[in-house]
Amino acid sequence: MKILVTVTEVADADDEFEISGTSIADQYLTYDLNEWDDYAIEEAVQLSEEHDDIEVVTVTFGAERVEETIRTALAKGADRAIRVWDDSFEGKTILDPSQKAELLAGVVEEEEPDLVLSGVQSGDVAIGATGVALAEKIGYEWAAVVNQLDLDRDSGVASVHRELEGGVEELTDVEPPAVLTIQTGINEPRYASLRGIRQAQSKPLDVVSPDDLGVELEESAIELTELVEPESESDTELFEGSPEETAGQLAEFLREQGVGA
Amino acid sequence: MSDVLVVAEHRRGELRDVSYELLTAGRELADSTGGDVHAAVISGDVDSYAEDLNREGVDAVHTVEYGEEFNHGVYTQAVEQLADEIDAQYVVAGNTVNGLDFVPAVAERLDLPLVTDAVAFETGDGLSVIRELYSGKTEGTVEVDSEEAFVTVRPGEWPAAEGTGDAAIEAFDADIDESELDTTVNGFEEVGSGDVDITEADVLVSVGRGIEEEDNLPIIHELADALGATVSASRPIVDNGWLGQERQVGQSGKKVTPDIYIAIGISGAVQHVAGMKGADTIIAINNDPSAPIYDIADYGIVDDLFDVVPALTEEFGG
Ligand SMILES: Cc1cc2nc3c(=O)[nH]c(=O)nc-3n(C[C@H](O)[C@H](O)[C@H](O)COP(=O)(O)OP(=O)(O)OC[C@H]3O[C@@H](n4cnc5c(N)ncnc54)[C@H](O)[C@@H]3O)c2cc1C
Ligand SMILES: Nc1ncnc2c1ncn2[C@@H]1O[C@H](COP(=O)(O)O)[C@@H](O)[C@H]1O
Repeated sequence: MKILVTVTEVADADDEFEISGTSIADQYLTYDLNEWDDYAIEEAVQLSEEHDDIEVVTVTFGAERVEETIRTALAKGADRAIRVWDDSFEGKTILDPSQKAELLAGVVEEEEPDLVLSGVQSGDVAIGATGVALAEKIGYEWAAVVNQLDLDRDSGVASVHRELEGGVEELTDVEPPAVLTIQTGINEPRYASLRGIRQAQSKPLDVVSPDDLGVELEESAIELTELVEPESESDTELFEGSPEETAGQLAEFLREQGVGA
Repeated sequence: MSDVLVVAEHRRGELRDVSYELLTAGRELADSTGGDVHAAVISGDVDSYAEDLNREGVDAVHTVEYGEEFNHGVYTQAVEQLADEIDAQYVVAGNTVNGLDFVPAVAERLDLPLVTDAVAFETGDGLSVIRELYSGKTEGTVEVDSEEAFVTVRPGEWPAAEGTGDAAIEAFDADIDESELDTTVNGFEEVGSGDVDITEADVLVSVGRGIEEEDNLPIIHELADALGATVSASRPIVDNGWLGQERQVGQSGKKVTPDIYIAIGISGAVQHVAGMKGADTIIAINNDPSAPIYDIADYGIVDDLFDVVPALTEEFGG
């Protein structure tokens, strides 16, 4: 059995930043493994630890820089990784879930996994649609926002909880092959151990192009044409001064409201 | 082809609030195209839902009778067929957990572009969608270069449609292929009950990822004790198991309306804000002045929580 985990990295902006063109200037960005994908990797690795015959493969569409993040996924227990890239995407933010799904679908078709685990969303762009778009493209079943997964290998059914709004979960049975988009909190992601990090260096990380996968990308109809730091609608009254001073002012305000009296 | 199709949402016998907001968003788009607003309501007690959806600005409501609750296979097929039937230019749904479970699939089937989580539209020469990027720190304009498109809209951004309309209510006989329904919904489970009820608290001291480690939590409890307040949290704290689920504020946690909400090391992500924007007074302690929590905070201290929180506790003799 094979589980494919889609892994992306997210860009986190510094407290102070500048926008250049339609993105935040690179010197203000820090890159990290997407939180939701961290949980997806953990879920796959836990399944592979329970069952000897499960292979965990990761796939990432991204420039060379993402290899650091991919190595983290390998260090946490994935068996091998695939990176898809095409230089024509350099510096572009892809906002089109269909385009991302198309790129990932090429790998799914080659690998034929039984399960694909995605994250609910990329923390930075928060599109939240790539996993389900991928499922439809490759003809898999799916479930979005999964926070519990029980895989019954005999019956071939994945029983999941979908986390809905307001503290309600939906209990759903999905028939693999399927794409599940994984929600945070489903497990406790491990830290990469030193041993894991060492082993990750020698695990296979293949780099392929859309061409290699036979993927012909259509021009996307969706384009980011402007990015701004929104005029703050904020009328927050800020307390100024040293921590003692600001705490003092806030305390005074709270007392006026009858708090702590 | 100038009409707009809005897909309503319901759960356990009730239309969800977002449905009425979708009608308003749909009306805005239809005004720009000169078309009609069609609402679709699928599964459950569709006739009574249809009456509720018949608000000002709605031209037609299409009911699809099939099962009780949301099933993405049913929604996918029904919306695909309805969009085709009315030749919709835009299809609008909620950027909700269920919205994200079916909309990407229908958009994919119809080979149409999808933009998620819209907070505003720019119409005129075609459609542009305004949405947040980089965790709410920036706002982007996404141009849609297509006659037709799918959009999901963020709950709480458009006002609910009001009044009573004169929409035609029509049953739509969707052709649901059961062999395609490989996902079965078996029921629901309520989570997040516990000893404390944060929805009852007058003052909440709410802690977020800025606290960094479980070992740092005592400074939050000490502050809450000194203030006579209740401790609540953002999601990562609960995901990590540092506090119980009953203390989670937000979209998937509890909706709270205390007199005073003190957000400590919480960025103010939309899913968090959904649960606390109804607080009377919001106070933020966050060292990042660009954190979105400052868009809604009444008072703030832009400084290190590890300095401010103990000083505040001390002010109250803690
Ligand atoms: C479907 C779905 C449902 C969700 N439901 C919920 C929900 O119900 N509730 C919820 O909360 N989230 C929910 N989320 C998650 C949400 O998107 C955010 O990831 C989450 O709210 C972030 O929590 P946070 O603000 O604590 O962490 P972060 O966003 O990481 O923010 C931490 C903040 O702490 C500040 N900080 C760091 N160090 C310090 C310091 N020393 N002093 C002062 N400030 C500091 C930082 O500047 C930052 O602003 C949901 C997400 C999805 C996709
Ligand atoms: N460039 C990418 N490479 C691999 N997986 C991705 C990529 N972008 C998104 N994904 C996957 O799709 C999920 C949802 O992302 P999004 O739809 O962009 O919010 C992420 O959690 C990832 O699992």
